[in-house]
Amino acid sequence: MNASVHAALERVVDPEIPALTIFDLGIVREVNVTAKRVEVVITPTYSGCPAMHAIEEAIRRALDAAGFTDATIRTSLAPAWTTDWISAAGRDKLAQLGIAPPGARAATAMPLHFHRSPLPKVPCPRCGSPATERLAEFGSTACKALYRCRDCREPFDYFKPI
Amino acid sequence: MAGHYGSSEHIEYLLRLGDNALVLGQRLAEWCGHGPALEEDVAMANIALDLIGQARLLYAHAGRLEDCGRDEDAIAYLRDPPEYRNATLAELPNSGVASAGAAQGDYAVTTARNLIFASYHCEGWRALATSSDRDLAAIAAKSLKEARYHLRHASDWTIRLGDGTEASHRRMQRALDSLWPYTHELFETDAVETAVAHHGIGIESASLRPSWLAIVRPILTEATLAIPGDTAFRSTGKLGRHSEHLGYLLAEMQSLARAYPGAQW
Repeated sequence: MNASVHAALERVVDPEIPALTIFDLGIVREVNVTAKRVEVVITPTYSGCPAMHAIEEAIRRALDAAGFTDATIRTSLAPAWTTDWISAAGRDKLAQLGIAPPGARAATAMPLHFHRSPLPKVPCPRCGSPATERLAEFGSTACKALYRCRDCREPFDYFKPI
Repeated sequence: MAGHYGSSEHIEYLLRLGDNALVLGQRLAEWCGHGPALEEDVAMANIALDLIGQARLLYAHAGRLEDCGRDEDAIAYLRDPPEYRNATLAELPNSGVASAGAAQGDYAVTTARNLIFASYHCEGWRALATSSDRDLAAIAAKSLKEARYHLRHASDWTIRLGDGTEASHRRMQRALDSLWPYTHELFETDAVETAVAHHGIGIESASLRPSWLAIVRPILTEATLAIPGDTAFRSTGKLGRHSEHLGYLLAEMQSLARAYPGAQW
């Protein structure tokens, strides 16, 4: 039963990056399966992430389809999600999509003032060149920044470490 | 002593935090489609999204504590201006205090306000991450990460505009001068804060001013901007006594929810 719950959840993907499952993203915090009940605990990436509601609905549909019709889906805020929870497989998939995966978490030590501390190096996900530059702190979604490769000249998204 | 878990002071305190986030978020959302550059348009919408998300979490928590059937939507959409508890600074128009009513927003005003609020939020959320209210502590830990990004963005632009051209410097200084008197309210401790601080739920905001200044001062210095002098003026938004601007903001934000009660997407 545990395995079939997991198999159902493996089919739920991030609506904004459909290559990534909710396990790849690290937003599934607990899956509690007993003889009678299924409980899934998820955590939002960003407070205002508009995909959260869609993900919850998708989990419910996937569990329904697998026969777990009265599953409980709970949201937990603590501990706060970090990009460190994105799996190795998730990072590979991001890179294949042309999205630079997040570097090591910088949230707690992040410089408030980046003029004084150099930005982390973000290699180009297409050609691997380290010669990249940031175009904008905010990108196509809340979780990404916009970069450009100075070698292959391609712009790309960078999944911001938080 | 008042201010215990679930008390009216506790709920009032959560509403102040949520209202600051929602009203500032609504102001930033006004830039959507009107930003000075596409990247900045996207940045303002993203920051607004974070702030509105934080407000939702705070309202949902306040609604559960209140236990009288108000959800996050009722709290956001069905309160009148005097029931709002945001600091007045959050509701001032994007065009600034001096040119209120101007159709165009002034990016210097938005940059200065974002710098003030993002640094204030960084310090506030950091302190609240150890709140005895575990839900508030969780919201604070999450919001702190977002506020750091907002601060980075605002510092960058403060320096770029302040230490930019003669015109950008003049406008940035003017924006800072006009908003500075409204910063005092952010650090005015009152009975509500003292009560929740006594129970380890909240903090006395006066205690944040030194560390807030320690963030803001070096950024303004690098931006070649003069830190305005302190004045006796005190705005009173968090007590529910607002400027004339909040009513217009809420009228626009609430019109759909008020015209079609219970509307669903």
